[in-house]
Amino acid sequence: MVITSRSTINSVFFLILDFISVGCLFIMVGAEFLGMILLIVYVGAVAVLFLFVVMMLNVAEQKQSWFIGKKSTHIPTGLIVSVIILLELLVVVGGWKYKEDLMSSSTLLLSEISNTHQLGLVMYTDYILYFQLAGIVLLLAMIGAILLTFRERVGVKKQSYLNQISRDPSNAVELIEVKSNQGVKLDD
Amino acid sequence: MTEIGLGHYLSLGAIIFFLGVIGIFLNRKNIIVILMSIELILLAVNINLISFSIFSGDILGQIFTMLILTVAAAEAAIGLAIIVVYYRNRGSIRVEDIHGMKG
Repeated sequence: MVITSRSTINSVFFLILDFISVGCLFIMVGAEFLGMILLIVYVGAVAVLFLFVVMMLNVAEQKQSWFIGKKSTHIPTGLIVSVIILLELLVVVGGWKYKEDLMSSSTLLLSEISNTHQLGLVMYTDYILYFQLAGIVLLLAMIGAILLTFRERVGVKKQSYLNQISRDPSNAVELIEVKSNQGVKLDD
Repeated sequence: MTEIGLGHYLSLGAIIFFLGVIGIFLNRKNIIVILMSIELILLAVNINLISFSIFSGDILGQIFTMLILTVAAAEAAIGLAIIVVYYRNRGSIRVEDIHGMKG
């Protein structure tokens, strides 16, 4: 539905439905923190970002959906590649035999403390470098998005800090000798 | 009623990944749908990581999932910013119209 929907708005809403369903699955399987993060971050931020962009760009209605319209050479290629990938994945999943004693790692799930607690215990100690790197990635994304969409508008009065700082008293203040009965002409 | 096991989650991840790939290839409308397909693919990766993390009792997969969520959010923000700039310059975001980047 996300990919075959005729209007982009519908695609975004089906994407939100998809995120909510997967978030519920995560909560169901035991990863409560990531399920809630998925709900909050994805449904609350990313999907709303998509909605804003769709609304800004005003391309919501398209005349033709992807299966009508003129012939494209992408469609057979894409179908073949996608079906091959799906078959490979299903073969891998179907033929999967995992060992019974899979629990052999150092960061085991402990059942007596909650999922969020475990995640915090591991993330802020062993993987603090990756946590900080994730923060840097987000900062770079923010700076990049602002830089890309920033445009200089003409006719907007702004402060110029450089001009303000570089003023000095010798050329900023001017003493005028005022003669009596004559006005003062200020140049501006 | 059978119990929901690891295979079910992996199958769900495979199907969502397949939908994302097919959405990228078959798209003829606009780039926003392609970005949403990329989000679907990353979601499939997250499903795989979390199901393995839960069923093998290792919380490292969930930490990787957090990092993937971060990267996906950053990618969505940058991609949408590029789309906005492109639309401002060209007035269209149809996939077929983008030939300007040919060398």
